[in-house]
Amino acid sequence: MSFDVALTHRIGGRAIELAFVSDARLTALVGPSGAGKTTVLNCIAGLIRPDSGRIAVEGRVLFDSARHVDLPPERRRAGYVFQDGRLFPHLRVSANLAYGERLAPPGDRWIGREEVIALFGLGHLLNRMPATLSGGEAKRVAIGRALLAAPRFLLLDEPFGSLDAPRAEEILQLVERIRDELEIPVLLVSHSGAEVERLADKVVTLA
Amino acid sequence: MNAWLTPGEWSVVALSLRVSVAAVVLTLPLAYALAWLLARRRFPGRLLLDALVHMPLVLPPVVTGWMLLLLFGRNGPIGAWLDANFGLTLVFHWTGAALAAAVMALPLMVRAMRLSIEAVDRRLVDAARTLGARPGRAFLTITLPLSAPGIAAGAMLGFARSLGEFGATITFASNIAGQTRTLPLAIYTGLQLPGGEALVTRLSIVSVILSVAALVVSELLVRRSGGSRAHVL
Repeated sequence: MSFDVALTHRIGGRAIELAFVSDARLTALVGPSGAGKTTVLNCIAGLIRPDSGRIAVEGRVLFDSARHVDLPPERRRAGYVFQDGRLFPHLRVSANLAYGERLAPPGDRWIGREEVIALFGLGHLLNRMPATLSGGEAKRVAIGRALLAAPRFLLLDEPFGSLDAPRAEEILQLVERIRDELEIPVLLVSHSGAEVERLADKVVTLA
Repeated sequence: MNAWLTPGEWSVVALSLRVSVAAVVLTLPLAYALAWLLARRRFPGRLLLDALVHMPLVLPPVVTGWMLLLLFGRNGPIGAWLDANFGLTLVFHWTGAALAAAVMALPLMVRAMRLSIEAVDRRLVDAARTLGARPGRAFLTITLPLSAPGIAAGAMLGFARSLGEFGATITFASNIAGQTRTLPLAIYTGLQLPGGEALVTRLSIVSVILSVAALVVSELLVRRSGGSRAHVL
């Protein structure tokens, strides 16, 4: 199973309850805004500790409240592309890309910097500071940075949000290529039905 | 310049700089650690620690000096221990003046640094963690460099505060020429002397120059490290 998730979490008087298994290459998590989709991603990445549950990705248990398993984020190996990008503002694009790559064990790396730079068209951006990038450029750098950290799965939080239509289409095609060319399960949070329909092999709804 | 200040006045300036630099350098790591604790951690006794750090800011400096005397004086618990183990006596010594200046500067330094740490987006630290950074590395590569303007601002405020420190110093370390008579104490002493106006004027001008220089230097440091949007004041 690529994703095997069961969790309950209470946050701000709201209860999140979700259980799903998926063997799809790209699983979409959909639901009304405020349902807690980002919270679920944070739980899988290890940034929020759910009240109870079990989270396994590709057979590797990341969290299991019954067995007191709770890997810290740096050992979960999630390639998390945040909705707001979160590029490090004090580092150039090249240093942002290298941040996770440098920390990944060399044997675990499955994509090189040159490949990422070519795939995402980042060559002319390497010396720029994040504040000078457009929304689409920043998004591409954020995805590239996540891939270079040698993740075992990808979490994409609204990767097409806050982009104009041509930029969104560009990122959409990139995600399509990631899905088809890279051997890595992807969990996508999106509120756009059309994009989910085009990309996802399986759709999970969070009520 | 040499003809402008007498050798005795130059030694006052040198002593003041030595005391203030020592106070800031010694306090910097402690102030940053306290600022980080108060900004990022919730623990029992946090409010008490916060109050303790800020006490020198609200107490009459004379009271702070007297409390230092109780603790670090020859018969105080810490003072006696330092004397017995290291032969170190702080009272009547320039290191005592540096301690008094450090204690008085600490709250200002902590406040500036704490604000800058709180301004660092925690979500960037989260991002670093998902990219494989342990907490220590995330701190060193994200929180520390992004709060650098606050470190510079805190150091500058601490330095300026140390240069001006009077009450706690004269109470704890006393007013001894060549040891603890820093600029403010020398100016105060000059005011007591008949015909001391010229000395008071010269030393006051030096004080103004040093304070403005500290401000300008730190502003330049902040601009270099934090980009155009960062400012000390």
